[in-house]
Amino acid sequence: MSNSKKYLQEEIIRTSGVNPKKCMRCGKCSATCPAYDEMEYHPHQFVYMVESGNIEPLLESDSLYRCLTCFACVDRCPRSVEPAKLVEAVRLAAIRKQGNNRMTANDVPELIDDETPQQLIVSAFRKYTK
Amino acid sequence: MKFSYFPGCTLKNKAKSLDIYARRSAEKLGVTLEEIENWQCCGGVFTTAKDEVATKLSSVRILKDAQKKQQALVTVCSACHNVVKQTNYAMQNDKEFAGKVNRYMSEDEYNGETQIYHYLELLRDVIGYDKIKESVVNPIGKKVAAYYGCLLLRPNAVMRMDDPENPTIIEDLIKALGGEAVIYGYRNECCGGYVRMESPELAGKKSQTVIESAKKAGAEVIVTACPLCKYNLEKSGCDIPVVYLTELLAEALGVKEDTNE
Ligand code: SF4
Ligand code: SF4
Repeated sequence: MSNSKKYLQEEIIRTSGVNPKKCMRCGKCSATCPAYDEMEYHPHQFVYMVESGNIEPLLESDSLYRCLTCFACVDRCPRSVEPAKLVEAVRLAAIRKQGNNRMTANDVPELIDDETPQQLIVSAFRKYTK
Repeated sequence: MKFSYFPGCTLKNKAKSLDIYARRSAEKLGVTLEEIENWQCCGGVFTTAKDEVATKLSSVRILKDAQKKQQALVTVCSACHNVVKQTNYAMQNDKEFAGKVNRYMSEDEYNGETQIYHYLELLRDVIGYDKIKESVVNPIGKKVAAYYGCLLLRPNAVMRMDDPENPTIIEDLIKALGGEAVIYGYRNECCGGYVRMESPELAGKKSQTVIESAKKAGAEVIVTACPLCKYNLEKSGCDIPVVYLTELLAEALGVKEDTNE
């Protein structure tokens, strides 16, 4: 593994607090994931790809923005791997890059209506923007 | 009995009724909710990354304010509750994170001492469902589907509200209020959450599954504590009412109409 790949892997493991080696590849996280159908990479693949240092494809993938942060995979994993925390760490690594914001304030007016709760707007900013 | 209270941004705006009926019902039951002064938005979602500090400071400030008043903290919005509770858990258990926060805030050290109740826990554990039952003047008399979503229950290691796969805290309240609680499969699954912003299709699908599941079980009304759950369900063609559980409570306690707020 190249040094830059290794540093990225270390960063993801450190900021997520997840140990991907605990995974026994049962797939339960992906089976319970409500965003499964819309994801290119599924929760169990995040775990495996971080473990093997193959993180670049994840950084580029829309799967990062399909995770609903519902914590179903966290609670239902029999090995307490907590895959959602890996998704979150990779997502942050992606949007922290200069110019990589997924959404800006200018995008908001056309995405909302009269009933949109403030909660939706602030949550989206937390997820899409740094 | 007095508690510190954090309503959050949505309860001051699009979800005013969630806030107003919470306060009014609490007063009726002998509890005063004292709003934290100068609070800031919790951010809506908790970031699990350990190196995210600034985004969690508003929650720590709220928790510290309650501690200064030596009060437990009450939240109503599911999202606020999830964010504040997960932040408090990190302050208790992640010493490196807590160290960074405490050095930055440079006042008295805080290590997660404040006790947090979701409004439902206040009703169940402090006031008690028996007392609530005695205070009911307008029994609900309807088939009500409790919609937990994800934020109230998960992650369970932190939230500790109820059994995350077979919760009863809302159903027991519905029964105490004279309603019939319907049990359905998707009551603790996600409505699609914030993804509504970028993919209304995905959020719509998730919400429709919840609606269908509740209706199939015979629900006449769905209750929630989350403004985003309510919005997502309503935007996804829900043809039965989705109401805040505080509204249902205020109605049953006979305090819904007595205001000009
Ligand atoms: S549920 Fe847990 S152990 Fe099973 S594949 Fe997912 S992360 Fe691995
Ligand atoms: S937290 Fe994300 S990855 Fe995990 S089950 Fe929910 S949507 Fe899927």
